[in-house]
This record gives sequence, C-alpha cells and structure tokens, in this order.
Amino acid sequence: MTEYAPDITPEIVAEHGLTDEEYGIILDRMGRAPNLVELGIFSVMWSEHCSYKSSRIHLSKFPTKNDRVICGPGENAGVIDIGDGQAAIFKMESHNHPSYIEPYQGAATGVGGILRDVFTMGARPVALMNALRFGSSDHHKTRSLVSGVVAGIGGYGNCVGVPTVGGETNFDTGYDGNILVNAMCVGLADQDKIFYSAARGAGDPILYVGSKTGRDGIHGATMASAEFDDDSDEKRPTVQVGDPFTEKLLIEACLELMATDVIVAIQDMGAAGLTSSSVEMAGKGGVGIELNMDDVPQREDAMTAYEMMLSESQERMLVILKPGKEAEAKAIFEKWELDAEVIGHTTDTGRMVLKHHGETVCDIPLDPLSEDAPKYDRPHTPTPRGKVMDAGDAPEPADYGEALLKLVGSPDLASKRWIWEQYDRHVMADTVDSSQSGGDAAIVRVHGTDKALAITTDCTPRYCKADPYEGGKQAVAEAYRNLSAVGATPIAITDCLNFGNPERPEIMGQFVGCVEGMAEACKDLDFPVVSGNVSLYNETRGAGIPPTPAVGGVGLIGDVTKHAGIGNAKDGDTLLLVGETVGHLGQSQYMRILHGNTDGAPPPVDLSVERWLGTWVRKAIERGVATAVHDLSDGGLAIGAAEMALGAKLGLKLGASPKGAATHGWLFGEDQGRYLIAAQGEALKLLLEKAEEHSVPVLQIGTFGGQRFQMGELIDVSLEDLRKAHEDWLPGYMAAPTLQTEAA
Amino acid sequence: MKSAVIVFPGSNCDRDAFEAIKLITGEAPAMVWHRETELPDGVDFILVPGGFSYGDYLRSGAIAGRSPIMREVVSAADKGVAVMGVCNGFQTLTETGLLPGALLRNANLHFVCKEQPLEIANSNTRFTSAYSGTRDTVIPVAHHDGNYFADEATLDRLEGEGCVVFRYQGNPNGSARDIAGVTNEAGNVMGLMPHPERAVDQTHGGTGGRAVFESLLGSV
Repeated sequence: MTEYAPDITPEIVAEHGLTDEEYGIILDRMGRAPNLVELGIFSVMWSEHCSYKSSRIHLSKFPTKNDRVICGPGENAGVIDIGDGQAAIFKMESHNHPSYIEPYQGAATGVGGILRDVFTMGARPVALMNALRFGSSDHHKTRSLVSGVVAGIGGYGNCVGVPTVGGETNFDTGYDGNILVNAMCVGLADQDKIFYSAARGAGDPILYVGSKTGRDGIHGATMASAEFDDDSDEKRPTVQVGDPFTEKLLIEACLELMATDVIVAIQDMGAAGLTSSSVEMAGKGGVGIELNMDDVPQREDAMTAYEMMLSESQERMLVILKPGKEAEAKAIFEKWELDAEVIGHTTDTGRMVLKHHGETVCDIPLDPLSEDAPKYDRPHTPTPRGKVMDAGDAPEPADYGEALLKLVGSPDLASKRWIWEQYDRHVMADTVDSSQSGGDAAIVRVHGTDKALAITTDCTPRYCKADPYEGGKQAVAEAYRNLSAVGATPIAITDCLNFGNPERPEIMGQFVGCVEGMAEACKDLDFPVVSGNVSLYNETRGAGIPPTPAVGGVGLIGDVTKHAGIGNAKDGDTLLLVGETVGHLGQSQYMRILHGNTDGAPPPVDLSVERWLGTWVRKAIERGVATAVHDLSDGGLAIGAAEMALGAKLGLKLGASPKGAATHGWLFGEDQGRYLIAAQGEALKLLLEKAEEHSVPVLQIGTFGGQRFQMGELIDVSLEDLRKAHEDWLPGYMAAPTLQTEAA
Repeated sequence: MKSAVIVFPGSNCDRDAFEAIKLITGEAPAMVWHRETELPDGVDFILVPGGFSYGDYLRSGAIAGRSPIMREVVSAADKGVAVMGVCNGFQTLTETGLLPGALLRNANLHFVCKEQPLEIANSNTRFTSAYSGTRDTVIPVAHHDGNYFADEATLDRLEGEGCVVFRYQGNPNGSARDIAGVTNEAGNVMGLMPHPERAVDQTHGGTGGRAVFESLLGSV
C-alpha cells in the first residue's frame, strides 16, 4: 500500500503533477513518505519545466561543440570564444503562459529572467532580442496582447539599459489561445572571468541577494493554494511582477562582486526559485546543502518553508562564497542597497536539509532530485508529408502590383516600426544595426574593439507544421543565412522549442521531427546549440500551437567596418540574385495571404548549398565588394527586392522572369539558399567574376534608380505607395478604436 | 577640460557619457556616485546622464533631484559651471529648479526611440557654438517622458531670451513649441531629451551629437 505523510493525500500528490509511479520512486529513494515541503521540491524539480522529462532524450541529438564553443547546454547560458580572450554568452527562453495571462508583466519578467541567465555567468548583457507570435490579427485579444507584451518588453529592457536590437513578430490563428514570447539575451565577458553554478565542497557560505521573497509565482509549480495555505485571502496570481530597477542594481552589484575574488559559484533564481537554484548548485558540485529558512529575506509575514522554496519572486540570486568573504560580499550589495543574507552553507552529506523555526522541515537526498528525474520516450507519430506544389497548379494574381502591395502590408511582412520604436535600441552606444534598418541581423559592436556580434532570431512555423523535419532545418539555415548576409561568421545558436502537449503522439512527432531537422542543419553548418529552453503544453482546448522551434543565432564580424546592410543600395546599382530559383510556392506567404492556401510541402533546404553560398557571400562582404545584401525568405524575391528598395529609398526596375519560369513562382516562391546583392562598377565586375570562378549561380535581375518599383508591364508602383503599404498596417491596426470580435 | 558624470542607481547612459566625453575632450570624466557630498575640485563640466534614476519611482527624476550630490551640482551651477542634463538628466534638472518646466509623459503614451531630426534653434551657447552655420542635425531620442511643458509666459520668455536651443523636426512626444532642449537664463545649464552621446562616432550611424561636446571643449 502506498504510504503518505499525515497531512498528505493522494489528491495533493496528484495536484503536484506527480504520477503514482513517480511518487513510488520518491518513497523508495527517501525510505519514507515525504512531507509537504519535500513533496513540493520533488514536484518542481521533476516538472517538465525543470527536468525536461519529455524532451531530454531528443535534445541529446543536438551537436553542442565546435572550435569556438567554451560551454554548451547545461549551464545558465552558452559561451562562445570571440577571440582576444573574450567570450559571448547567450540564451533564449520562453515566457509564453504568463504573457498570455498578463502580457505586460509576463513579457517583462521574461526579459528579466533571460538577463539574469546571462549576467549570472559573469557577462555584461549587451543586447536583447525577442521572437513574438500572436494570434490572428482578427482575434479579439490580439491587439491588447501586442500592446501589453511590447510595453512589457520595452518597460523592462529600456529601464535596465540593455538595447533591444531585433527580433521577429508573426501573426497566426494557431496562436489565438497561446501567444509565444521568447526573449534572448547576449552578453560579453572575459574568458578568465566566467562563473559557473557548481558548488565545490563543504563549508562554503551561501549568500542570498536581491529582492525579498514573497508569495508570488508559487502556483507556477502546480498546486491550488487552498490545500496548503489556511489564509486563502493570501492567494497571489501565478504571474510574477518584475522590477527592472532592482535588476539594474543586481547587474551592477553582481558584476562588481565578480571583479573580486570571493565567488565559488553563482546561480539566478528563475523557475522554481530557491529550490532549483540550490538543488542545481549542490547537485552539480556533488555536495550537500543546509539552509535556514528563518534567514531568507521575506516580503510577507508568516511565510512557510514551502512557500519560500517554491516562490518565483523576481530579481534574486544565490551565491556560494569562499569562507570568510561574507563581509566583503555584503558590503557591495549594501552599496547598491540590495538585500544580502547568508542563509546556509554547503555540507558533505549529499542531502538538502532545511531548518525553519528550529525544526528540520526537509531532509532529502539530492542525487535522486536530478539523477532519478523521470525521462520519458513518449510515443511520437511523424507528420505526414505534403506534396510539392507545382507553380503551374497555383493561381496567378489578378494584378501583380496589387499582390505586391498586399503582401508587403500583410501582418507578417509589414514593418514592425510601431513595435521597435518602443524599444531603446541605442543605449550602451554600440549598436551598429538594429531593427530600424529592417536588416537580416542586428549588429552590436564589442565594446572598445573593432569586432562586432551579429544576432538574429528565426523560425517559420508554417514550414514546421507542414514538415517538421524540413522546417527545423530551415529555421537553423535561415539564421545561418541572416548572419552571413551581414558579413558575420555564424558560430552557434540558442533555441526555444515551443510546442503543444507532448503526451499527444502527433505533437511529439512534430517535436522529434523539428529537433532532428535542426540537429542535421546544426551539424552540417557547424552551427551547434549551446543553450536553450523547451516550452511544452502550449495548447488551448485541445488545439496545439504550430510547432515553433525558434532559433537565436550569433555570429562574429572581425572588422565592424566590413559589414553589409539591406539599405545600402546606390543609384545605378545592379541587383544580383544569388542561388537557384525553382519557384516553390507551397507554404509561401503568397499562397497563404493571397489565396488562403496553406497546402503542400515547404521549400526544401539543401544544407551544403547553404554553407557554400553563405561562405561565398561572407567572403564578398569581407572583401568590401558586397555592401548591400539581403537574404531571401518570407515572401520571396519580390518582397526581398522591395525591402531593399525601401531601405535604400530608391526605385527598382526588375527584368522579366527567366524563360520557362512561372512569373508568380519567380517573384513569390520561397526557395531557400538565396541572397540579393546590389553593386555596380568594379564591385559588380568582381562579384560576377568570382561567381563564375566558383560556379555560383548569379543572375542580374534589376537596376536601382528613380522612385518607382517596376517590372515590365506587370508591376509599376511608386516607392511612396510601397512604403505606405509596408508602414501603415501595424500603426493602423493598433490604433483601431473598436475591438473586433472573434466571430467578426 | 575637467568633467564629471553623476551616477545614480538606475542611471544607464553614464558609461556612454563617459566614453563620449573621453573621446572628444581627450580626458576621462570623474564618475561621481549619488551619495557623494562633494564634486571633484575644479570641475568645468558636469553631465547628468540618462537612465531611470531610482527606477523613476514617484516621477521621472524626482528622487534624483533631491539626492545629496545634486545639492552640490546646483551650487556649482550657481557659480557658473557648465551643467548638462540628458534625457533623465534633463528631467532631474527641472526637478532641482535649475531649468524651468517639466517633462510629461509622451503624448501618445508610448516610449519612443528613433533617429530624431532637430533644428539648432540657437547656436550661440556654450553647448551649441560648434553647430554654428548648421541649421539642423540628427540625434537619437529614447524616452517615455519627454513631453516638455511650461506655462505660456515661461515659454515666451524662453523663446525671447534664446533659451530654446534644440527643436524637434517632427515632434515625437507632444512637447510644447517642439522644444527638445533648453538652457537657463545664464546659459550655463542645458537640458535636452535627445542623446548626443549616442551620436559621436561613425558606427553610431551618425555624428550629430559631437558638436555638443566640441562646443563645451571650445568654451573652456
């Protein structure tokens, strides 16, 4: 018969999200029934969020190393070598559920959390990015969600003084009930000043720093409060509230602390707060831990040990100090007016012991919390592959000019100025390129050097839905292409894998397909995964979101004066198309927006071509012969060319489509592995010569000049009309006075 | 030229100010913590930087304006030392009374960050002399509370005395009479919402802010 502690019932165990089998393992490892505190700790450590129990066996398929990787997955963030003894440290993370419930605070604390993951490791955060997915623009909640999420991201990032330099925003009815807010942070550190989270031995003091602990976020774990809290009026919403001012102080104080020689290990308190930070630090170091809950700085009266261990109050860190360094460390936090208390020490028992009001309220062996965490090989059914759509079977537009205007002004392709003008993109004074250029990747100078980092986030969920494997490949390949298009050598990626309920085989099939596709692309492009996060159960009423494995890519530009941009075309430049065009219309924006058709296979990705052309384009940029470059993706050639024309404030005359090519496939097909380059004179000559020398497929397809965007008799629109179509959609949408209803 | 940059908890443009001053004057400024009660000896120029001092709790710049170091800044300004407040620094200077008016929430209620075209309304000041012969420039703005407000009489006086030094071309925040930057009557204190320290080298995409620092260098 299953054994329970006096105040524990099978219902309480179930409400903690633990299965009978999992509870059985706990009984076995502990040799007795757990009390409520212990049950809570097992529950959060074995939750999907902390244990990755459904995803772990598949995540191991990712390549995680190359010559430049210093630290791959498993720490707070990934670390890469950017030369001269410096490192870039980065990660992307989701904050989806909270952002849907309370968009401002959900998004804000998402930014706060990802910043902490990066500065925990000793890096000064230098750039923020975000990948946002909202429901259909017709859905009645979308407008207020966009408004709240954008204000939350800006409110937090602007205040902490880290520039928000780029990102992506999509709208799709598949996210009506589950928006995605994925935030990425990149930081810089010296390689000899990187901090990790593993404890090293017994007898080291444990310092709690930052905000006080309150009751916020406790139910982020699993349980309804009534069972464990007699004061039911003390219920708090599960969404935490962020304080970017405290975070700014915490960044400065931690970096000041890191400049001294007092730290053994440091870890932020993210999901599952004090529990996961202390368990992970002790677990990685193979030591025990003893905490006195009476010493935890508390915001509210009469908090229980359970509440303190499960609280997700923001802006907190846990530091293991070298013995005797307590006063030195506390003095720094006093200067920054932050709480700092020694709340315990490491031990050699291998157990986690918590004391509260003089009693032992928890005593559990640490190994099972991590080593015996459940790991499931959930059943997965592959997504059936769609047929490749023949351009001949796809309808042509009635009017090509109208089609172009409609596409550049469609929710996904329209300018996101309304969003990025609310983000401080320039603070820290190292932003070389950001969302404001509409370019392929943000560029941030490495402070005090001539080097720069290029950063991009990418994913095309409709490709992933139609074919998870090809879609997964494409997400990584597009990040590679975007970095190459600005002249950066792609180094590594972080990822944020957003999916529905993994207990459904078709959802798990999407997950496995995307991961395997991504893994192949990472391997072939030498573009490994160094950090990431998995967000499952993004479902409403049984409908999962489109599979969305967002990729955050980071690359290095050796000389910041040698980079390319989307808006650099000059009057008289010839437009070159690099790469092969078949005219793949399946899953294109053209078919989706103009014909409401989402059938067919997504464009295939040839990874060897991606690598070959990416390398060729980067060389051309490095030599200074290519300065105006754009990769082709959503919307195809017509949209890419229009974006370059808008960026350069110049008209463009496109030549006719090549013989035998269907015009709509040529203009709107989303064939992968393609770039546009604008050049003239010597540079043009050199590009054509080098292309021939390396058998790179290059076509001269147009000429920049004037103020009209034209293609023979088919398209003739003024640049001003094109600009208006592109710029006016989002501000018009956000300003609309009445909310549309779901039915309308 | 001897400079100082004031640092409040929550300042976030202090490093950018440091770099810009060092780049253009050739001399690193002293970084002065908010709790200090003395400024460095013989300082010629004090910059109150942008950011969110004290989290902008209560009201932007309100707590900073009452911090220990600001008493010293006010007394230095009274003695004629050049003082410039950028963005949150501008808000702080209005809170101390060194500059008239107040910065309200942007008219559209949104934070705004953009490359902002500006008219040089007066190039005959310690802060703008190097713009002489230039009508306009571009300097980025990034703020939530940049909507300059003063009563009509004060605005008339400011305009009449040449205290309006920068005006927006395409008002981003609802400021009265498109005001982006003003000086005090004596002309040794300036507040401006745009960030000149973010437009001093080519990688910034423009150098429209350089002349502010060059003007100061020329005035000492």
